[in-house]
Amino acid sequence: MTTSRREFLKLGVAATAAMVPLPAFAQGAASRVVVVGGGFAGASCARALRHTDGRIAVTLVEPNATFTACPFSNAVIGGLRELSAQQFTYERVAADGITVTRATATAVDAATRSVTLDNGTRLPYDRLVLAPGIDLRWGALPGYDEAAAAQMPHAWKAGEQTLLLRRQLEAMDDGGLVVIAAPANPFRCPPGPYERASLIAHYLKTKKPKSKLIVLDAKDAFSKQRLFQSAWSELYPGLLEWVPLSKGGKVISVDPATRTLVTDFGRHQAKVANVIPPQKAGHIAEVAGVADRTGWCPIDPVTFESKLQAGIHVIGDAAIAGAMPKSAFAANSQAKTCAAAVAALLAGAAPASPKLINTCYSLVAPDYGISVAGVYQPSGGQLADVPGSGGVSPAEAPRGARAAEAVLAEAWFRTITAEVFG
Amino acid sequence: MLRLTVTAIGLASIAVAVVAAAEPPAGAVSCSGCHPSSARVTSPVVRLNGLDRAAIVKAMQDFRSGQRTGTVMDRIAKGFTDEEIQAIAAWYATQR
Repeated sequence: MTTSRREFLKLGVAATAAMVPLPAFAQGAASRVVVVGGGFAGASCARALRHTDGRIAVTLVEPNATFTACPFSNAVIGGLRELSAQQFTYERVAADGITVTRATATAVDAATRSVTLDNGTRLPYDRLVLAPGIDLRWGALPGYDEAAAAQMPHAWKAGEQTLLLRRQLEAMDDGGLVVIAAPANPFRCPPGPYERASLIAHYLKTKKPKSKLIVLDAKDAFSKQRLFQSAWSELYPGLLEWVPLSKGGKVISVDPATRTLVTDFGRHQAKVANVIPPQKAGHIAEVAGVADRTGWCPIDPVTFESKLQAGIHVIGDAAIAGAMPKSAFAANSQAKTCAAAVAALLAGAAPASPKLINTCYSLVAPDYGISVAGVYQPSGGQLADVPGSGGVSPAEAPRGARAAEAVLAEAWFRTITAEVFG
Repeated sequence: MLRLTVTAIGLASIAVAVVAAAEPPAGAVSCSGCHPSSARVTSPVVRLNGLDRAAIVKAMQDFRSGQRTGTVMDRIAKGFTDEEIQAIAAWYATQR
């Protein structure tokens, strides 16, 4: 326990029921925390800050009035779910006493500790939390720019792009070729391209069984690989083909006009092409100087404070969180851990060393779920797996176990979205 | 002397209570990703808030040892020590 906390406890005991402010607050006005980004990371952190210490003034900066969740958006693409089931508002977030500002952060001055918004407002902060998610690296894959995404949707930020890919699949004649291009690591939602392949394959098998799906991959291994491949050979034999890097899977350019994907080994002209391009931390991370040359943000594993800029914390997909994947569960876990650390730092106390958890479910079919789970702790300046913990669903399991995981996947979505937005 | 001891114990328990209420122990905040903190959420996953402390400890230990089969909890429980499990269970037992 730190000296300041011990002092606080002494004060608290001495004053019995009186409201005793923490030392930092005793000296001045309430602390101000600005959170940029209202996704699983940012909204969770803003709320956790308020719940941890109601005296912290929290502002959440988010340009969209509605949040559209990526987890389960593959089910929307596969025609199993409507996009409205993915959408949430910030009403309950605001009801926690958080100032929700509908704007985009355009600049950060780390020296004077302020954020500038696109509406001209300047927000001073004591601590800044950046949760900007990902940006797509337009042009990193030759031929794939914002205009190309209208022909070959990425659907890697849920919303219109999700619906576009679904409409293209619905419009395709039976017997068409669908191609998914999956990126090299790291990227948002490591099992996501393979869950998407599964649910598109399910749609094709059900509605357009003469069609074919090819996954062109820029890597030779992927999350939950054995489980996915085992399920694919059972559920979608002859329909779904995965081409790894070593077999010429890496897409080196695309032509949106003809929906053609080019690899070192050949050309694939698709009826529907889903290009998941390389990614980086959301733009404000770069502007704030917290992204390194990789495009992602190195952070302290205890506080999530940037290793590049004091007073700025980075959580969620934008952060380099060691062994933790870029997932909604991880973002939520990091957000609550970061909130506790920020509250402690504002109170002049030392943040406790955390443990974090991740659980990611993937659907291979509507009644077939698989998962990966992990437990993490700071080690050597990074978040590392706790030895002996975590792992994926068993390789051999009865279909009942897979069905149970599909049910748990949906329950997880209801639970986490209720915590973050409900 | 007796009174001093009693006072000291009293202070210590107040201090523990303050810390327990204010600060969830390591790992605890992550549980609510799957275990609903709100009673309004429908889920087959048990709500931990207000659950009996000993029951949480036993469940975690049984998942960890393999005595109880889990879907993901067997994998997650292996990441926590006895002390951490005790602290998490004590904290959730006090949550509402």
